[in-house]
Amino acid sequence: MSSSAQSLGPRVQPRRRLSQPEMSADALRTAIEEPSATHLRVANPVILEAQDLYKSYKRGKNTVPVLKGCNFSATSGQITAILGQSGSGKSTLLHLLGTLDAPDQGEIYYDGQRIDNLPRRKRDSFRNSQLGMIFQFYHLLPELSALQNVLMPLMIQNGPLSFLRSRTELKRQATELLTRVGLDHRLHHKPRELSGGEMQRAAIARALVASPQLLLADEPTGNLDRQTGKQILDVLYELNREDGLTIVMVTHDEQIAAQSDHVIRLADGHIEF
Amino acid sequence: MYRWLLCWRYLRTRYIALASVVSVTLGVATLIIVNSVMDGFTTEMQDRMHGILSDIIIESYSANGLPNHESFQERIRQSVGEDLLGVTTVVHVPAMVTINHRGEPITKQLNLIGIDKETYSQVSDFSKYLLHPENREKLTFLLKEGGYAPDRQNFPAAGWEYRRRVAAMKKRNFELQQQFEIERRRNEELRKQISGVGTSPSETNHTIAPPSSGSVVATDGTLVKEPEHGFQFPDFPMGGTGQHVPPVEFSNNNSVQPAEALAGPAFDLIPSRDEDFAEQFDAAKDQHEGIILGISVGSQRGRNLHGEVEDYFYVQPGDDVMLTFPTAGEHPKALNAHFTVVDFYESGMSDYDSTFAFVPIESLQRYRGMIDPASGLSSVTSIQLKLHAGADLNLVRDMLRAQFPMELGVEVNSWRDLQGVLLAAVQMETTILNILLFLIIAVAGFGILATFFMIVVEKTKDIGILKSLGASSVGVASVFLGYGVLLGAFGAGVGAVAGLAFVANINMIADCLEAVTGQEVFDPTVYYFDRIPTIVHPMMVVWVIIGAMLIAVLASVLPSIRAARMHPVEALRYE
Repeated sequence: MSSSAQSLGPRVQPRRRLSQPEMSADALRTAIEEPSATHLRVANPVILEAQDLYKSYKRGKNTVPVLKGCNFSATSGQITAILGQSGSGKSTLLHLLGTLDAPDQGEIYYDGQRIDNLPRRKRDSFRNSQLGMIFQFYHLLPELSALQNVLMPLMIQNGPLSFLRSRTELKRQATELLTRVGLDHRLHHKPRELSGGEMQRAAIARALVASPQLLLADEPTGNLDRQTGKQILDVLYELNREDGLTIVMVTHDEQIAAQSDHVIRLADGHIEF
Repeated sequence: MYRWLLCWRYLRTRYIALASVVSVTLGVATLIIVNSVMDGFTTEMQDRMHGILSDIIIESYSANGLPNHESFQERIRQSVGEDLLGVTTVVHVPAMVTINHRGEPITKQLNLIGIDKETYSQVSDFSKYLLHPENREKLTFLLKEGGYAPDRQNFPAAGWEYRRRVAAMKKRNFELQQQFEIERRRNEELRKQISGVGTSPSETNHTIAPPSSGSVVATDGTLVKEPEHGFQFPDFPMGGTGQHVPPVEFSNNNSVQPAEALAGPAFDLIPSRDEDFAEQFDAAKDQHEGIILGISVGSQRGRNLHGEVEDYFYVQPGDDVMLTFPTAGEHPKALNAHFTVVDFYESGMSDYDSTFAFVPIESLQRYRGMIDPASGLSSVTSIQLKLHAGADLNLVRDMLRAQFPMELGVEVNSWRDLQGVLLAAVQMETTILNILLFLIIAVAGFGILATFFMIVVEKTKDIGILKSLGASSVGVASVFLGYGVLLGAFGAGVGAVAGLAFVANINMIADCLEAVTGQEVFDPTVYYFDRIPTIVHPMMVVWVIIGAMLIAVLASVLPSIRAARMHPVEALRYE
């Protein structure tokens, strides 16, 4: 736990130095708007920002517009909830923020750097090391054990040789994370041998194993009962509190949204305030 | 790293994919088996052909041969130089052999080859194929006392011992028949005396008239043939000639004798004979000029009642045969001559074993009239060369061709040229088989393609997950490409091991199949090999494996590209 915090610590510093002047103005605005969170996070900058996003999908011959000029920003170290009905485009927004898809129009900035038009390779490594993602259906690889699933981002990051060289250290890191999410007794179980909550815990551990700043969660409790969902959320809140992890969470649950630092309502491709 | 892990996992968890490489396995195994057997066959055949033929053969078109072969040899020695290992001269003519088997004549067509017993073994493996161990060491055209073919089972008694026995039996047969004749005549005389009509009894002792039963008696009283007579010897040896025939006599200057005397248009088994010679020639002590017959000339390979392969000999060393061949000169005539079989020649090539017969070159030259009576120089029909092992045959051949153009009436060939058609046929057969079998593996490739497409579709969500975790498209593609390589390697590896194991035990497998089906897999009466010859070239195995793996990889390229192109969002949505 402490090692994670330490490893996160030095990463935060250079980003603060990198942040541009207008970003600090943004941060200031955030601080003014939300006095309740100011006592610790006054100077917190906006880590993720999207401007005027448009996205439409083609369904056969028809083009279905999903996002119609959507602005978004997430403050570092805080939990931002995107709330909306099914089909409101909240998952699409999350995919765009996670560079899994490219917007038709608009720009996305991570830490002041535009990421939506990066070359494919850079986007891949951005997703791999700066970003963690969890999904409603967990999306674990069925052939691999919980530990191997958690190790996957590290395996992608490292070539075979460097992975094998630092294997012990990386495994320790993954085991530690799994212990932290309460899955130390299920290290070598395959996903099909885990319960829904356990799978989501493994998915959280996987999302965080590369020590990212930002976690994108796509309805993380959508497939769980209320009790288990609450446990998962507790894990997320704890990570946010202790490690200063920025979380952007898509949900359709008003109650969950109410517990977040910020709530963005999405309806028909537009942000509502 | 994740690529290898996932490849490995997919291989471990999807055994159905292994089914798609079974045909790769079978293809690889079959290719290795076919190539090994074909290589074994080709090499064995080449070895044998090469062993039988010398390296370079300079042949004369003319049946009269090259009268000036000494000068040819001199020029060859000069031009070939130190590559030359041995030279020999040969006379060969088409001929017919007549074997008397149980009183019936068997005629066969032959390539009669007159060889120099000193040098012929130097240019070819000729002596290696002889049956008598002493002849293998040093060739003589003299009948041995016995001890033929010590390594062959059921080889009939042969040699002087056998010849003497046959001669003794024939003599006894003759004496008994003579006695019988005398007795019969005496009975007739008595009958006539009793009936009152008689001739002088003194006649019976010396003159024997042809009996009414049809026995053929020569003018000097030698009973030669008695086809209808009831008097038979039950223990008359098989394979023995039913007659004893003296050799033709030839004058010193020329062997061309009046054809009527030697070979009438209707050749019968009673040749004209010289009375003096008959006095001198005793079959029990003397032999004619020696001849070495190809083993299939004098025997028939077949199966006995138990299905075992057995040779049946109708002539064997110690028996006499008669040869008919053309004389040299402007008007060739057929010539008959008697020879004593002194050994058999068994090379394992049925072509050669069933047509070759070897006699001393001097006697053939003498018979055919190839020795110039004035100068005493002899002619030969071909000169055969043996070169050092490393020598370039084609180079030497071309050089000799330049030196001895066709206009000289000679043709220069290497042993490969003479067997070119056969070797090319085997080569083409191998090539076609290889192409066909590779097509089988290519078909297997399409099986892999289909299976892989299904696996990629099945793994759509995994691909989305990997991409969301930051795996590159190339990385995702290489998971499936690596999977293809692993499958191909596995299939080809198993195939190679199976193929090599099959080749190593091919004869045992053939025996088993034979025992189970009762059908002979590898018929030695056809191939003249006891065992299936195989040679495994390591490079061949490597190429087959590389080819099979290449096909497996190519088949997995398309599915891999599809996996790489998959959109992560759509892949994640896939259910």
